[in-house]
Amino acid sequence: MTDATLAAPQRGPDHRAWAARLRDVGFWADWAALVGLVVLVIVFQSANSTFLSVGNIQSMLVAAAILIILAVGQTFVIATSGIDLSIASAMTLGAVAFGQAYQAGWGLGPACLLAVAASAAVGVANGLIVARGKITDFIVTLGALSAASGLALILSDGKPVTVVDASLLKLSTGGLGVLGWTFLIAAGVAVAAHVVLFHTRFGTHVLATGGAPESASAMGISTARIKIAVYVISGVLAGLGSILLVARVGAAEPAANTSFLLNSVAAVVLGGVSLFGGRATIIGPVIGALLLTALVNGLTLLGVSQFYQPLSVGIVVVLAAFLTRFQR
Amino acid sequence: MTHPLPSDGPAAVAEPLIACEDVSLSFGSVRALSEVSLTLRPGEITALVGDNGAGKSTLVRCISGVHRPDSGRILFDGSPVDFHSPEDARDAGIETVHQNLALVEDLAVWQNLFLNRELVRRFGPVAFLDRRAMQKRAKEMVSALAVNVPAVDSRVRRLSGGQRQAVAICRAAGFSSRLVIMDEPTAALGVQETAKVEDLIHGLRDDGHTVLLISHNFAQVMRLSDQVWVMRAGRCVGGRRTAETTGDEIVSLITGARID
Repeated sequence: MTDATLAAPQRGPDHRAWAARLRDVGFWADWAALVGLVVLVIVFQSANSTFLSVGNIQSMLVAAAILIILAVGQTFVIATSGIDLSIASAMTLGAVAFGQAYQAGWGLGPACLLAVAASAAVGVANGLIVARGKITDFIVTLGALSAASGLALILSDGKPVTVVDASLLKLSTGGLGVLGWTFLIAAGVAVAAHVVLFHTRFGTHVLATGGAPESASAMGISTARIKIAVYVISGVLAGLGSILLVARVGAAEPAANTSFLLNSVAAVVLGGVSLFGGRATIIGPVIGALLLTALVNGLTLLGVSQFYQPLSVGIVVVLAAFLTRFQR
Repeated sequence: MTHPLPSDGPAAVAEPLIACEDVSLSFGSVRALSEVSLTLRPGEITALVGDNGAGKSTLVRCISGVHRPDSGRILFDGSPVDFHSPEDARDAGIETVHQNLALVEDLAVWQNLFLNRELVRRFGPVAFLDRRAMQKRAKEMVSALAVNVPAVDSRVRRLSGGQRQAVAICRAAGFSSRLVIMDEPTAALGVQETAKVEDLIHGLRDDGHTVLLISHNFAQVMRLSDQVWVMRAGRCVGGRRTAETTGDEIVSLITGARID
């Protein structure tokens, strides 16, 4: 009864609130990635009708999976006003560790665990040095980028290891309908990350640490422990990414994977997450990752030379960063 | 030193909420506090005044658990305390409104009110935030103080200086705190907002909170406080009932023109 009487008069202002929101540039800035994705889909679909075919959607989602997972890890670090430049190298190290273990006959499960452990170790080192050593995130993870790819080269002797495994093949090719297993894993990671960021004390403390570290510690939050935790999250997710990468490529390569690093940061920026920390969503970077994947896929479908892809990614990212200036 | 007792009110005979007894603290060769003794009566606003570097903030940091005195003791509600961290003091019911307010601009009002004291619901090993309960409690906290904060789910970034101060005071007053320490609460505010914050501080006292106020503004001290303690060069050089002193007398105590 009271609910009904309360709800009825609210409908009017609600409508007006939506109209006002649509006119507010801040609203568009917050949802830049989604708007960009919709525009891209419309443009590519009208240029080439196979863009939205079931097969292409399926392959785009699978192609986006690793980037989504890395972008989620990167989001946690950037939310604390840090940046993890070593995220792709940690993934490379994880992949190489996987390859060596698999080649040595460890079996799939132990090899996966070793991959995650190797990547997580990079995160632990990053976190400890940033938090306890009080060295800037940028420098520490820049060092870790080089160190982890160096370790990967040493461990593998610079040679790729072919990994032929029926389960991994199923992982990278199978799925539920249009949704491939790897995409479903990425979606699960994103949902879990959203819950952690917005529905746990830890998530609130991550945002507080990034937004106002002095206030956070004045209220008794250990910002050092939060810093370590986000780098460990980033490392663990890089390890998960390394398993999907090996499954996708069918080999463990000591390749640099630089584009994964740049695209993970780009997806986070596209998602409207502040590089100064304190403001973050998970859905934003996920949409950012989908947008970047759709951009590359669409250009390929249209037969645009591969050389134009980095250029277009760069333009889109800078445009998105420009839009975020208007965030409320 | 004797304090004239007001003829009326039971508060005058009540045991002090805080009693500092010969509290001394040195940083290296600098003697920041030497044998400071003062008391805070429960349910009163006590002002702490003094020139820059007189040791006001250092004393307050001893009470709020940031520093530990080298010698002397601090009694809280009659029993000696030994706080190792601000969290210890907060657990005992001593809240501080920091000069920089210690708010997180990108979090909502309710998130700031519950920062590091979030309400959670447990499902086995995991605990999820009880957002609804926190928002409900936050509304109650804000309306109990008659604070004109727009809505508890608005970001602190969108609030004015006075509203931010109100949120910080609200946070300190909530959670059944017994002593609220305020360091220069109106230093950065305009005239109107200062008046509102002063109303808020009066409201705190009327609700039974004990308030320790550091202020450079004599007019404000005379308006708000029941008791004034004056510090000079790390010592507590005098205390007066506000009703029985004048701004001039306080100033002469601060400068050392008059010595008790």
